[in-house]
Amino acid sequence: MRRLNLGYFIKEGFSSIFSHGLMSFAAVCMIVACLIIMGSFSLLAVNVDEMLSQLEEENEFLAFIDEDYTDDQIRALMEQVRQIDNVDPDTVTFVSREQAKRDYLRGHESEGLYVNMPDEVLRDRLSIHVLDLERFSETVEAVKALPGVANHRAASEVAEGFVAVRNAVTALAYVLIGILAAVSLFIISNTTRLAAFSRREEIAIMKMCGATDGFVRWPFIVEGLILGIMGALVAFFLQWAVYAGVCKALVGGGAVSFFALMDFKAMWKGVLGVFLTSGSIIGALGSGFAIRKFLQV
Amino acid sequence: MIRLIDVHKEYDNGTKALKGINLRIEDGEFVFLVGPSGSGKSTIIKLLTAEIVASQGRVIVNGYNLNNIRRWQIPHMRRTLGIIFQDFRLIEKKTVQGNLEFAMRTVGASGREMRKRIPYVLDLVGLDDKADAYPNEMSGGEQQRVAIARALVNNPRMIIADEPTGNLDPRRSLEIMTLLERINAMGTTMLVVTHERDLVNRFSKRVVAIKDGEMIRDGQGGYYRA
Repeated sequence: MRRLNLGYFIKEGFSSIFSHGLMSFAAVCMIVACLIIMGSFSLLAVNVDEMLSQLEEENEFLAFIDEDYTDDQIRALMEQVRQIDNVDPDTVTFVSREQAKRDYLRGHESEGLYVNMPDEVLRDRLSIHVLDLERFSETVEAVKALPGVANHRAASEVAEGFVAVRNAVTALAYVLIGILAAVSLFIISNTTRLAAFSRREEIAIMKMCGATDGFVRWPFIVEGLILGIMGALVAFFLQWAVYAGVCKALVGGGAVSFFALMDFKAMWKGVLGVFLTSGSIIGALGSGFAIRKFLQV
Repeated sequence: MIRLIDVHKEYDNGTKALKGINLRIEDGEFVFLVGPSGSGKSTIIKLLTAEIVASQGRVIVNGYNLNNIRRWQIPHMRRTLGIIFQDFRLIEKKTVQGNLEFAMRTVGASGREMRKRIPYVLDLVGLDDKADAYPNEMSGGEQQRVAIARALVNNPRMIIADEPTGNLDPRRSLEIMTLLERINAMGTTMLVVTHERDLVNRFSKRVVAIKDGEMIRDGQGGYYRA
């Protein structure tokens, strides 16, 4: 693209925005609305994912060891468990029946009933953490199949429930992003179509003078890009305010005392990048599609 | 150079606009294309500017075969043409200078080229003192001169004028036609579509007449009966 043309395209793009001020304003508002809804769901998905990661870190299951196993055999068993795919090898820990009893009693201090409980009631066990919660059940099955593992205790349903929630939120976020992107494209297209319609005579003259399709199309794409970027910037600051407000309300109301919500300051670069990219793509594509019809001269 | 070889055009609604037109216009010629309304004149113009494609036959303009021209080649073909319309088609919000710059920028001319070419063309059409005027501040004749200047500004090989005097009084029409004749004398091929008999008869040029999509006359100079 020649420098002269680039300057011309930018000038024409800006000039067109101001000559259709109301429609441009409507387009920016729509982009802002779409990006904020899209952004809110994405941030929700990010937070749910983060919560699940926190849960994953704490997620463990117990493998009870055969009563007859000696210390050497237990050490060999631990090594075998560490070799299993999806088992976090650093977290495989041996818990003796004495330790297990102490842990149990710590949780039931008020219930004096258990104080005289003999050590033999509980079994020696291995505490095992998984790396990927989605493969929780298959990992438990693999550990269970090892000789020396007499029994196990795992909250597979809970783990699978968390995975299902995460997958549902992610899927919903994708669907909403798709729908809102389509709506934004439609709005930008209409704005460009209106601008192109009011300039159809100019376009016809340009084409008759020998303008290429690209020369006619670029100012409209630049216009769409500018609208998209403007919408993205406004949406970014509004999103920041909305997110901060929602976090404050949730934390203040005690609704999320179990989990720490992610700080927007830790994510702002990503959010801004995604907003700018989405706004630019929506703006440029919407305009590009809209102008096609007017190039048939 | 224009060549139409056995050209037929039938529109989607079944209207047969052209029926076997054969026409050859050499470089440097001045040709009047005449005929009543609905005779097929506009269809010929649209074929020559690649707005539509012939249903049958061959259309060649300045070396471009328009039967199988690629879409990306059309702008380059059009740059060899300057087109003048009856309703001038100037951009009202741009000055005379702005309208000419617009046409030159379209083909990628530099600022230097514009500064050199535009005053020359405005002088040629007698509007050197009107560069900063807006079209709505000018008379019909002056607006048509701006349109001629715009057609000329990219230095085309051929000018196609579609009813260039249709909106003008006889005196202004004569002035415009004289200007076109002068431009032709400088080497630019001229195809003027008109139905103004008096004007055609006043200039001793080649006259191609069509009626109901068929060519009924192709002769040098002489009398033209509508």
